[in-house]
Amino acid sequence: MLFPSPSLTTAPPRVVVTGAGIVTAFGQGWETNAEGFRSGRRAFRPVSLFDVSHQRVKVAAEVDLPATFPPSRLNFRQFDRLDRAGKMLVLAAQEAWQQAGWDIADNLQFILGTTAGGMLLGQAYYRQALQQPLRRHRQAVRAVNYQPQVQARMVLAALGCNGPVTIISNACASGGNAIGYAWEIIRRGQAARVVAGGYDALGEMVFSGFDSLQALSPTICRPFDAHRDGLALGEGAAVVNLETLESARRRGADILGELIGYGTSIDGYHLTQPHPQGSTTLKVMDLACASAGVTPEDIDYVNAHGTGTLLNDSSEANAISAWAGRRAATLPVSSTKASIGHLLGGAGAVEAVVCLMTLREQWLPPELEFESPDPACQFPIVTKPQNACVNTVLSNSFGFGGVNASLIFRRWS
Amino acid sequence: MNRIFVAGVGAVSPAGWNVAALRGALEKDELLPTQPVVRPGWEKPLQARLVPIPAVRPEFLAHPRLRRTSPITHYATAAALEALAGLRANPAANQSLLGIIVCLQSGCVQYSCRFYDETLKNPATASPLVFPETVYAAPTSHVAALLGNVVLAYTLVGDPSSYLQGVALGTQWLEEDRVDACLVIGAEETNWIVADAHRHFDHRVIVAAGAGALCLCRDPQLSAGVELVAITAAHIFSAQLDRTKAARAMRGQLGRNSSTELLCDGLVDRPRIDAAERAAWNDWPGVRISPKRVLGEGLMAAAAWQCAAACDALAEKRFSAANVSLVGFNQQAIGARFERADFDIPRLSNAAPTRNFKP
Repeated sequence: MLFPSPSLTTAPPRVVVTGAGIVTAFGQGWETNAEGFRSGRRAFRPVSLFDVSHQRVKVAAEVDLPATFPPSRLNFRQFDRLDRAGKMLVLAAQEAWQQAGWDIADNLQFILGTTAGGMLLGQAYYRQALQQPLRRHRQAVRAVNYQPQVQARMVLAALGCNGPVTIISNACASGGNAIGYAWEIIRRGQAARVVAGGYDALGEMVFSGFDSLQALSPTICRPFDAHRDGLALGEGAAVVNLETLESARRRGADILGELIGYGTSIDGYHLTQPHPQGSTTLKVMDLACASAGVTPEDIDYVNAHGTGTLLNDSSEANAISAWAGRRAATLPVSSTKASIGHLLGGAGAVEAVVCLMTLREQWLPPELEFESPDPACQFPIVTKPQNACVNTVLSNSFGFGGVNASLIFRRWS
Repeated sequence: MNRIFVAGVGAVSPAGWNVAALRGALEKDELLPTQPVVRPGWEKPLQARLVPIPAVRPEFLAHPRLRRTSPITHYATAAALEALAGLRANPAANQSLLGIIVCLQSGCVQYSCRFYDETLKNPATASPLVFPETVYAAPTSHVAALLGNVVLAYTLVGDPSSYLQGVALGTQWLEEDRVDACLVIGAEETNWIVADAHRHFDHRVIVAAGAGALCLCRDPQLSAGVELVAITAAHIFSAQLDRTKAARAMRGQLGRNSSTELLCDGLVDRPRIDAAERAAWNDWPGVRISPKRVLGEGLMAAAAWQCAAACDALAEKRFSAANVSLVGFNQQAIGARFERADFDIPRLSNAAPTRNFKP
């Protein structure tokens, strides 16, 4: 029963990550992406997926999908019905699944964050409906498969599984919220294993939307730089397999990291602008620390939301500075959106996997183009590739509409 | 386990801008008239059941955040305010910390179509005022900004059955003491593309717009006389569990037949769509109401209307209990059971709730 739900009589279980899959403009898979993030490489190029000749900005971080996909349990027709977003999600889920080594399950929960889901299919539906109003070819398939819950179920089918799907669409915080919610489900004792992640593909409408807001950088995306002038868009997907520590130990699983804290709240200040002082950002970082039982002194790195827009970064910088207090002066912070762009609903999940990489491999992802800090930054930005001792990291995700999420991961050794 | 009560319900539907209008339409049990929706490229318009223009402009539209919002936000806000009215009128509760969960299937289709149309014509002139309203989370954000004391907010997307996943999430927030009350809103707006998409599956389905809301709380003193006693498991559709089997499994968790109870189902009077749900409840001996048959296929709004209508019937003391059946399109079947709570409120603190469902 969903209600009343079983309540734990023991302490909440510890939750670990035993599988992680990632697809970004760097490529597919942990190793390729780790190499890209570690070096601070930038993955932007002229947009080829749709016409940007009338747009103000013409670059983004596009994913090159492989010519042939690894085998899955989807047949050709099922796979063909997925759009780019769905295909990236399948790739990420397969990698995470393989890494985790889980058995096929009939009641596996899948918590997924997205802002657009299968919007590319929605766009195709709209264009055909207008341009060929009497032609019905493939329209029914598009009408079904644009829905994110259908794509999520397809991912489970690709893994040979089935189970309840929850789609969280808290704008650009969605991926972080999805992983945080999965953590809560396991901690409540409602499941021992949950798959969670986030995804979004580049689409003409969303690109045009950010361009119309003049939120896209016409130069280079430089989060927290005093001379920043906007964000860059990207696309991708990331999936993590979360399970109780007990379950992982029983299986002798390779643990990538422990998820120890999650905080979320909403900032009602404005639909597209954060509160200037970052009051809700500060609150969610505090909530995440409280749930993790740590203080800012314990945090070794912050993977910031850091979009590169004037308003987000000054608000977040104020919040991190206030939250970290004395620790701020030596607390390394960076935004990996400088490398792969803003993945919207996929951002929080991809950045969670980047955090796992930093914990596992002991390095910090730099922003190579960073020049001079915004005055609100009381903390150092990571500007060069560097190895570091990283035991606990915090990842921020904020969305249009004001939902903020923070996750805290701890190194497993 | 804490007990969860319904503090209020709200509804905006083709019948009007409140629960009384919804109740009136369901009691009358006559199909509401349809309105033409121009379908570009076709001579003949599509038909839909739209929310009537309110006789008096809602006051909340004067709020700066709501000035340029799309209809889905208006519907969600009106339903939320109606569901919260009791709480807000109570001096002991009007500063309660709130959670909001807004559930959508199609979401903000009107502004999405408008903005994409502008993009296709000339992206250089596409409106920056319209784009933010295309985001699924926009209505949630606006309602939260209007209410002011919201500390937790999620937007969930799925087929209509996921409305009850939203209700279950709300109960968790309450049980964990993260909020004092939680609004669970189901909302949809409609336009030609939604109507067009449904025609691929059944030519005669009439789509509809609106919203419904439940305000959940733990404090029995704030209850509207209704208690949530069960939400079934999510019975996921699969090769092994088709819609019919999933609907039966859901029904099996909702307990025995009773002629004194209400069933609020999701039948829409289209044989193929209704077959699974009809088979699951074919021996139901009590009263049943089918809001979608009267109001139209309102997707997530319709799921919320079903719950609102069920709770309203209990609050009006017309039944002792009500079951809500949500058999989704492509996700799962989930049901819920509500009971009248007015008789046992004074002995709530330690008493176990009456339960007729199979655990």
